[in-house]
Amino acid sequence: MELKQYNLFYLYQETFALTKRLFIQLQRRPSTLLAGILQPIIWLFLFGSLFSKAPEGFLPGVDSYGNFLGAGLIVFTAFSGALNSGLPLMFDREFGFLNRLLVAPLTSRLSIVLSSFFYITILSFVQSIVIMIVSYILGYGWPNLYGLGIVFTTLILLVLFVTSISLCLAFVLPGHIELIALIFVINLPLLFASTALAPISFMPNWLGWLASLNPLTFAIEPIRTAYTQTMDLELVALHAPYGDLTCKSCILILFSLTVFSLTIIRPLLNRKLN
Amino acid sequence: MNHIEVNELSKSYSDIEALKNLSLGIEAGTLFGILGPNGAGKSTLIKILATLIEPDSGEVFINNINLIKNSRKIRELIGYVAQDIALDKILTGRELLDFQSDLYHINKNKKIERIQKLVDQLKMHDWIDRKCGTYSGGMKRRVDLAAGLLHLPQVLILDEPTVGLDIESRNIIWQLLKDLRNNGMTIILSSHYLDEIDKLADKLVIIDNGRVIAQGTPSQLKNKLGGDRITLKVKEFSNQKEAEKIGQILSSIDGISQIIINESQGFSINFVADKEKDLLTKLKVELAFSKFEIFSLTQSQPSLDDVYLQATGKTLLDAEISMAGKRDFKKESKQSMR
Repeated sequence: MELKQYNLFYLYQETFALTKRLFIQLQRRPSTLLAGILQPIIWLFLFGSLFSKAPEGFLPGVDSYGNFLGAGLIVFTAFSGALNSGLPLMFDREFGFLNRLLVAPLTSRLSIVLSSFFYITILSFVQSIVIMIVSYILGYGWPNLYGLGIVFTTLILLVLFVTSISLCLAFVLPGHIELIALIFVINLPLLFASTALAPISFMPNWLGWLASLNPLTFAIEPIRTAYTQTMDLELVALHAPYGDLTCKSCILILFSLTVFSLTIIRPLLNRKLN
Repeated sequence: MNHIEVNELSKSYSDIEALKNLSLGIEAGTLFGILGPNGAGKSTLIKILATLIEPDSGEVFINNINLIKNSRKIRELIGYVAQDIALDKILTGRELLDFQSDLYHINKNKKIERIQKLVDQLKMHDWIDRKCGTYSGGMKRRVDLAAGLLHLPQVLILDEPTVGLDIESRNIIWQLLKDLRNNGMTIILSSHYLDEIDKLADKLVIIDNGRVIAQGTPSQLKNKLGGDRITLKVKEFSNQKEAEKIGQILSSIDGISQIIINESQGFSINFVADKEKDLLTKLKVELAFSKFEIFSLTQSQPSLDDVYLQATGKTLLDAEISMAGKRDFKKESKQSMR
């Protein structure tokens, strides 16, 4: 029992140290944080203005395009941050710093992965909150307490899902150039092939199918519903070509994807870290 | 009873055999040198000892604990200082040591005390609170060494720790290693610097092509050569045929042994002359009889390079030069990445 308590404390100690290192890096090189906040805010201004004169009822269930766009940008910000989460690990691999961690008697090398999850989750929350505040100032609304719960639950699931894939790529790909290239290839197409910028009803059939299978959509729609001040998880959030999905279904699909990705990457992480 | 036992270790990277059934034993409290040219297999051996890579076959025991089966337990016993210094350039030296202490589960009071002691020992006061990115090579190496010593390991493993260092940093590191050894720590030091191993090591192995080619104390290995080392040249640049002929002449002289033709030094002839006999006069006569004149003749106390030369037929420097063109460092770096 005492041994288990020690192990837990040691796991906390090493995870805290690893996470603290990432935050010190962020504090001394805040450009990632600032870019992660500035980019969606610029999008919010530009895209929000682009359709500011659109006729009333142009979009289903929302007053303005900015109101519609907010959820997409919150998800996109968290998604981009999580997709980049493999980069510090890749640099540690390339510069040999990972060996420093692997030579240490870590209670569990899971702490290396956990620290990345904690770091990206907190970073995404901070960035999302800033975007939510800016959206509010621009008059695009604010979710109620229940809605905030939905927003952060959805973001945690999305961050876990994407971070696990990114960490996996950081171990599989030969170097940071390849990882950055892949991030470039994945990032924007996934945004455009989701309901972040337009509802499925605006899309051609093939794109509608893509968007309704895109994991980002399963994160965007519950958050969009949260902004409608609803307290009902059974409300239809997505009119997909294969049928209607409720807010609860979207979150459950996202949860399943997260569990699936964590299960799949576990053997790889075990092989690479042990 | 050895503190560290390495039994028939083999390791290959695709088509390259880095270690071939390598065995050695290291006594507790000794500074054990691993000498060999670049590409000999030193770093592979060191990385296996540091639990970073697994061998294809063979066993390693530290404190009678099987390294492959209990690598986590072994990590508590060892400190590792890698050949390539990997510091986080955003952190200060003190922050890095603090970070490392947490990875080794050192409690708060002890870590402050340990860090301060190492800052004093390695004379890092003036710059330890600056970011690692601003450090010189010597400073980085000292912080790296301190990181390896924070948890007071029983065994310290160092892979080429003084490569490219300034004299001040090298002397500080050498002195610290001597002090640690005198306090009972077992130290494994890999190097391709002869003087470093000669001055510091209690015992050493010389590795070439993944195999141990000689082992013992530095003086044992040098004494095995039997006498002073003599290098003879009859021309500035001779040739194989001529060198072989001179070799035959020398082999007929009683008291001359271990004759080696060193191609890379213009086919000079390297041999050991018995100290007890006056061989130089006889040598001159025999060479003159065969119509050879002496261009240069140097006599020196045997060095570890002579031990290496005797075992392989080439000097360490020559071995390094010949390896330099053959190694693909980019490929090796990718292979060693997790």
